[in-house]
Amino acid sequence: MSDASINSPEFQGQAFESEAQFGDYFALLKPRVMTLVVFTAAVGLLAAPVAVHPFVAFCAILFIAVGGGASGALNMWWDADIDAVMKRTARRPIPAGKVTGDEALALGLALSGFSVVFLGLASNWFAAGLLAFTIFFYVVVYTMWLKRWTPQNIVIGGAAGAFPPMIGWAAATGGISVESVLMFCLTFMWTPPHFWALALFIRKDYDHAGVPMLTVTHGRRVTRNHILVYTLLLAALAVAMAFTTAGGPFYLAVAVVLNAMFVKGAWDIWRRDEEMCEADNFRVEKKFFKLSLLYLFAHFGAILVEAVMSRLGMGLGLGGWI
Amino acid sequence: MSLNKQHEIHNRRFGRNLGLGLTLGAFMAIIFGLTMVKVSRGDYEPSRTPTATEVTQ
Repeated sequence: MSDASINSPEFQGQAFESEAQFGDYFALLKPRVMTLVVFTAAVGLLAAPVAVHPFVAFCAILFIAVGGGASGALNMWWDADIDAVMKRTARRPIPAGKVTGDEALALGLALSGFSVVFLGLASNWFAAGLLAFTIFFYVVVYTMWLKRWTPQNIVIGGAAGAFPPMIGWAAATGGISVESVLMFCLTFMWTPPHFWALALFIRKDYDHAGVPMLTVTHGRRVTRNHILVYTLLLAALAVAMAFTTAGGPFYLAVAVVLNAMFVKGAWDIWRRDEEMCEADNFRVEKKFFKLSLLYLFAHFGAILVEAVMSRLGMGLGLGGWI
Repeated sequence: MSLNKQHEIHNRRFGRNLGLGLTLGAFMAIIFGLTMVKVSRGDYEPSRTPTATEVTQ
């Protein structure tokens, strides 16, 4: 469309709402997911026992975030058809008609390559390789392969979201360790109860989209059982983290309180049936979902506090047992 | 045809161009900063082989 055609009578009065703005391209990067990526990657990097120059640390976290955003854009490109039929995702830039699928693909591929190369140049190539693997895992293994094929999609796909603290740690140390693997496991085990709680109260969305969520394929009773089992395993793992060099007394206190609340929430969900849920409009499931958000941020926040205290020489340390 | 009228599409494209310009500017600043840090801490110094006298000592 040229400027001359814009001024022609047939275009007068049109709102041009479908013309993409900068924010629409930014929305392709899933900024809300990116906040989690930034936070957990930053904690992984700062908790590592190797000091990193602040500007290099900033760049490393930025490139990890851009890599996460790139995989979000590629996910939106591939999933545009199911995003259009789900109420939660129908206003994303591609189903809303603001950005074309090809543009999302180009942006995703360009930013993927950019983020991996610049993370390698800023920190090290091990971290860059891990970021490249994460993007591949999220886009190809989760989005293209597992999401529409197996009800365990959330479990395996959750691994992609669990990599950022490990990449942050690798950016600082150039490798992996027990601490970074446990940080990975924390997010990995947290993802299924978090998403299954969501699936319990926005059930119709996944039904319409034909995504084989556990609630759709195995029923809601089985989903409640799974939430309880995963929460119990998560609690054991989260408390164990206190006895590594990344943990400590402050982390232990936070972990004990939050895991007690989380297990109680999972137990409450397990005890309920559909009639009870309909009666109170999924109050317990919604409360558990909100708690799950606080849960992850508080655990990583506590690891960050332990790292800062340790740097200031105030760390009491339960660490090194694991 | 004269282009005297400011159409809504011009505002939308200005926003997009401004955003892209600022992003590229920030990218330049980051690369400059990163280069300064790496050069000043000697990341690109060639590794020095010990001299014969240093080896014998």
